[in-house]
Amino acid sequence: MNMRWTTLSGVIVTALLTVFLILPVLVSIYAGLTANYARGLSAGFTFKWVEQVWDLYSDTVVRSILVAIATLIFTLLIGVPGAYALVRRGGRFARIVEEVITLPVAIPGLALALGLILAYGGFGSFRQSSLFIIVGHVLFTLPFMMRSVMAVLQTIDWKVLDEGAASLGASAWRRFFDVILPNVKQGVLAGALTVVTLSVGEFNLTWMMHTPLTKTLPVGLADAYASMRLEIASAYTLIFLLMIVPLLVGLQLVAGLTDKRSKL
Amino acid sequence: MTTILATPPRSGSSITTRKLSKTFNDVTVLQPTDLEIAAGEILVLLGPSGCGKTTLLRLIAGLEQPDQRDMIRFDGEDVGDVPIEKRNVGMVFQSYALFPNMTVAENVAYGLKIRKMPAAERAAETRRLLALVGLEELGNRRIAAISGGQRQRTALARALAIKPRVLLLDEPLAALDAVLRERLRVEIGSLLREFGTTAIYVTHDQAEAMAIGDRIAVMQQGRIAQIDVAQTIYHRPANEFVADFVGTMNRLKGKVLDGILVLEGIGTGARLAVGGVDRETTICFRPEAVRIASSAGDISARVIASTFFGATQRLVVEVAEGTSLQLDLPSSLSFRPGEIVSFDLDPQSVIEFHLKA
Repeated sequence: MNMRWTTLSGVIVTALLTVFLILPVLVSIYAGLTANYARGLSAGFTFKWVEQVWDLYSDTVVRSILVAIATLIFTLLIGVPGAYALVRRGGRFARIVEEVITLPVAIPGLALALGLILAYGGFGSFRQSSLFIIVGHVLFTLPFMMRSVMAVLQTIDWKVLDEGAASLGASAWRRFFDVILPNVKQGVLAGALTVVTLSVGEFNLTWMMHTPLTKTLPVGLADAYASMRLEIASAYTLIFLLMIVPLLVGLQLVAGLTDKRSKL
Repeated sequence: MTTILATPPRSGSSITTRKLSKTFNDVTVLQPTDLEIAAGEILVLLGPSGCGKTTLLRLIAGLEQPDQRDMIRFDGEDVGDVPIEKRNVGMVFQSYALFPNMTVAENVAYGLKIRKMPAAERAAETRRLLALVGLEELGNRRIAAISGGQRQRTALARALAIKPRVLLLDEPLAALDAVLRERLRVEIGSLLREFGTTAIYVTHDQAEAMAIGDRIAVMQQGRIAQIDVAQTIYHRPANEFVADFVGTMNRLKGKVLDGILVLEGIGTGARLAVGGVDRETTICFRPEAVRIASSAGDISARVIASTFFGATQRLVVEVAEGTSLQLDLPSSLSFRPGEIVSFDLDPQSVIEFHLKA
């Protein structure tokens, strides 16, 4: 009886917390679909605001996706071989490099953006392109990719796998692609999930770095909150949710599938 | 040691090392070592951990760089500048180093794929090797889905697939349980002989060494203490370290006067004709070098304990306070603890290491 009482109270507390956390999301969705938020339900529902947001800000949605993909590609190209190189090298030098790479996470995004603008703001075409935003995002997300891959590398016996493949005649590159990479896939996938999520939602850095022509979704959202009706901003949130939730579920599914296959 | 009745064709390279040494951070883990391994020979490197046996193996493999150039030769050709991936050595690691992202068959075929063997030929060769190690049914399994013994066999098949110039095995059975280890020891020994390739086998297990090696190199503190066939290592060990590491050795202190050895201690009463100058000495002998004496024998001792081993029994006896001996006797005899027994010692089996006049 005692057990049941504690279980029941646990369920209640969890449910209340869940409602508390999910309520703002639900209210935002409701506000984005209602014809007039101030008048409430009686005004009825409409897709007008969603359509307006799409007309005004569809470029920011596309740009956010492209920036996230580009950021992911860069972090994969730099982060995965980089993580392997650091783990292989080991010692103090590797630890120092790891700390330096992690630094952009600790530094406020605004400061990081200011630094980038001061240093490279003079290169006009670079400053004005989405590549400038991508560089900022790579700086900020790279440590997450590297740490995730390094964590998995530390659980597999990469050294003996590498030596085994070498004894069978494989060159260093083949060894990396044939036996190291497939066995750190879990870390790469987890890292990719984090990188994409962080890049799509990143505001701090991007707000400071953007130009009117290189707005991403979160920056546009801030714009909408500041200058448009509440309904439009809420409809914007709805679009953001529609974009990010399937993305996250999709990545989780891919990760789950490969996990099952490697356990077979 | 297995007696070879019909000698199979032997292949692989002969391996020579000249003053081969290895120093890590000013610590010499391998002292300059000269080694001659004939083509097709199976050499076992035997020794306790830290004796340098794995370093010697990894140097020959190309996984470590020797201190200087031209220290290792395959068929007379210096391989110092040849990296491991070009050296064509087959390696079997203690942890197997199998690739978890590949099936059993893909693991075995990997070296052949690197060598660009056509797919059909590769599949046939892989099947042949899997059959050789008794894994023909398991080719499609993942590495995580096979047992330790099966992993060991997969690793062996994978290393043999590339027809290596030398097969290098680093404690391949150490990760297995005792029963499996004993069975695979015999299997590996006959498989290596069947293949006839040059092989170097590292182990700390003397029984494994004797079952597998054509010759055994006993290593001690970075150098080879003795290299010879198993019988010689066992019956004529080069020093006390080898004697203790390979099998059990009994020790007794005594004085030799006029060629007769008189043993110290109460109740021994031993008088052995060993010859030589007058000296103080320690004699060594194996547990099986004794016979029960019908009357008063060479040594009298008190029985402490007896362990039954089937055909024989291992008797622990005390000749004096603090001096005990281990003796192997037929198990048909029976002894009671505390009983005084009398033994004869075969003078041919007595070994003396330090001769002091």
